[in-house]
Amino acid sequence: MDPLEIARWQFGITTVYHFIMVPLTLGLGPIVALMQTQWVRTGDEKWLRMTKFWGKLYLINFIMGVATGLVQEFQFGMAWSEYSRYVGDVFGAPLAMEGLLAFFFESVFLGLWIFGWSRLPKKLHLATLWIAVAGSIVSAFFIIVANSWMQHPVGVELIDGRPVMTDIWAVLTNNTALSAFSHTVTGAIAVGAGFVVGISWYQLWQRRRDGIDTVDATGRVVVGENLSIPGRDRKDHSVWIKSIRIGAVIAILGFGALSITGDLQAKLMFEQQPLKMAAAEAACHDGTSFSVLSIGPLGGQDCEDVVGIIEIPGLLSFLAHGDFDTEIQGVNTLIPQYQELYGTNLPDDPLYGERAGQEIDYLPLMEVTYWGFRLMIGFGMLAAGFAALTLWIVRKGTVPQSKFLMGTALLSIAAPFGANIAGWVFTEMGRQPFVVVPNPTPGGIDGVYMFTAAAVSPGVSGEEIIFSLAALALVYAFLMVFEIKLLVKYVRGGVASAMPELGHPEDDGSDPDDPNKPDKRDDVLAFAY
Amino acid sequence: MDLPTLWFIAIAALWIGYLLLEGFDLGVGMLLLFSTRKDRERRLMLNAIGPVWDGNEVWLITAGAATFAAFPFWYASLFSALYIPLTIVLVSLIFRAVAIEYRGKGSTDKWRMWWDRALGLGSLGSAFGIGAALALTTTGLPIDANGDRVGGAFAWFTPYAVLGGLAVVGFALVHASVFLGLKTDGDVRVRARNFVVRWSPVALLPIVAWVLIIQFQNGTLITWLLVVVAVIAVVFGWISARAGREGWAFVGIAAFLVAGASSIFAAVYPVVLPSTIDPAFNLTISNAASGEYTLGVMSVVTAFGLPLVFIYQGWTYWVFRNRLSEHHLPEAHIVKPAVAPASSAS
Repeated sequence: MDPLEIARWQFGITTVYHFIMVPLTLGLGPIVALMQTQWVRTGDEKWLRMTKFWGKLYLINFIMGVATGLVQEFQFGMAWSEYSRYVGDVFGAPLAMEGLLAFFFESVFLGLWIFGWSRLPKKLHLATLWIAVAGSIVSAFFIIVANSWMQHPVGVELIDGRPVMTDIWAVLTNNTALSAFSHTVTGAIAVGAGFVVGISWYQLWQRRRDGIDTVDATGRVVVGENLSIPGRDRKDHSVWIKSIRIGAVIAILGFGALSITGDLQAKLMFEQQPLKMAAAEAACHDGTSFSVLSIGPLGGQDCEDVVGIIEIPGLLSFLAHGDFDTEIQGVNTLIPQYQELYGTNLPDDPLYGERAGQEIDYLPLMEVTYWGFRLMIGFGMLAAGFAALTLWIVRKGTVPQSKFLMGTALLSIAAPFGANIAGWVFTEMGRQPFVVVPNPTPGGIDGVYMFTAAAVSPGVSGEEIIFSLAALALVYAFLMVFEIKLLVKYVRGGVASAMPELGHPEDDGSDPDDPNKPDKRDDVLAFAY
Repeated sequence: MDLPTLWFIAIAALWIGYLLLEGFDLGVGMLLLFSTRKDRERRLMLNAIGPVWDGNEVWLITAGAATFAAFPFWYASLFSALYIPLTIVLVSLIFRAVAIEYRGKGSTDKWRMWWDRALGLGSLGSAFGIGAALALTTTGLPIDANGDRVGGAFAWFTPYAVLGGLAVVGFALVHASVFLGLKTDGDVRVRARNFVVRWSPVALLPIVAWVLIIQFQNGTLITWLLVVVAVIAVVFGWISARAGREGWAFVGIAAFLVAGASSIFAAVYPVVLPSTIDPAFNLTISNAASGEYTLGVMSVVTAFGLPLVFIYQGWTYWVFRNRLSEHHLPEAHIVKPAVAPASSAS
């Protein structure tokens, strides 16, 4: 069995899965921290409830990101040992910095936050959350520095056939990293905001379904309460209406920032990885038009049969260069350039196994690059559009009773996730056949690149990788069921699921001498596993 | 001291830090498998590590990443050679982490029972696999000139792997018991102390055997001195445990680990991964290391970052320094959908 293909599937599956949890962690964290900040500043209980509820969902998701992140760090060495040897001098450093300067902050301070309610002074407790959130964002920075070095190697010299780091500052300020980082973080914020919008909509809808909130003749909300349901008091309404507005505003801002950062990144990519961008267009020939819809055999070795159905003249040039008439090189122009620079055949080296000497296919899978790029943008616009619509719909204080719209709102949570996944699949598949893409710009170093075919562990068999792929895929599928189950359960419980005290407001008439009952002393933990 | 040596010490320190801190987390997880059936006692044990376990696990992540950064050839050869056991470690660590967070969030006994098993077996698998990996990097693997494993997927499966696995499992059980003795009250505390007194002479045998094997192969005067310190520490720890002095028992067991593990790392230096095929293929701190520049950068980052970690992680232990008793635990919270009870009219 071919270890390379299985190892690639494994990396793809585990990374995409990990990156379902990560953007939610990155995006929801700052939103929860903002809510808690408002609580500390104003003392208004609605902010406390928001912090507790969204914080609980944040934690259910956070742990999955932590657990699946371990796989990421181990599998470079396990399945890609030749890659690790080649890049270790420069690639390991940001990973180690991520551990020392980000993960420790994130994990230690999140532990303090979870268990620190009513034990730490309020402001200090708030600070622990901000530090944990900052840690997660710093960790995103370092990992993107590492990834961007694979996309665009800088700051190294080639010594004995290996890149050796000579300038850490160049690695950390790689323009690819800065643009990818800003694009990723804004993408994550859109995920977090979309999550808040969808779930708040569901809560407001539930209050209307249960007849708690009604609307008057002008359509304005009349807030009610139902004290037989834990947490469904008047304040509860303000929790959700505030949440949904915050979520929608952040989603819209996030999408604006995403277009700007995405534009910056695309301009860089046209320069740094022209073939990736040509493949994203499925463009054989040089041209200036952006394809909205093309049909034909996108994956064909030559793309002569690809037919552009809808094209916007000049837009592609605008995306790449900011004008409307610079010709963008197509696949047919670029491939001969690549062949001239990096060879037509893989080297005759045992590292390549059976692939030694084979002809190199420089064209990424165009179905994936073409549709990945469009799905990313499409899902993003969908999410932003829905957020704008939401903001308008809730202007009178609640959501309509329509079950269909509520369902759409919950489904819309998935759109930003889809955009994130599509974007990453596009950018990672788009750099094939390279694992370390050559840097063609003036700062590039000759000879610093690596074909994916040379990166896999030579000593590891296909069977071993099948074993790990099967084990991880099973575990991941299994855990996804439980994560979603728990998220749904906590969402259905409303704020009371994160604040038990809302369940029995005027506690409680039970026997104070009952030995099985926890003390009412003030040293009972506010939270325990 | 040259930079590769400094980084060898740093990585040894990260691994020792990991075993020292995560040792009791993994041990608590394993103890849940057999030490009590009462849910409140289980929760008490779990909450003793509750605020700190995730921060402790970062020592593993950092040890792995620092190995990648400082000794990429060591990282690549060790991790690829141990493909199957590390896969098991990963699956175990995933189950353990998720189980800690999720076990209390269900409402049925069955839910808790299954997550407790996941937590216990996950801790067992992690401890055993990491122990096996550490033992093998000190005793050797069949790696060729390129550093790749030969001999198939199970070439790593040797008596040393089993010994190392048992060593960390046994140590974690003892370490968790001294930790619970120090951090909890009530029956859990008494039981933990009894466990240390009765079982530590057996549970610590594998780790002692590993230390001695390495010493007989590579020992020097200094490393033998470390062994002596370790022996004194463990005897002191055991006597303290028997006398009910839990603080000193913890100090003794911790010092035992630090001295014992240091004696191993010091004895194998400068080899980081011996080849059992040909000593010429050994990975050492010179042929496995990154360049001077990278090591220099990492040294600066570590000189800044690691003391900070000591300070704020230490502060966490200070914040949560009090003994935990069952009466500190809030009642388990049953999450119900926010809908009106079927019978009641609002």
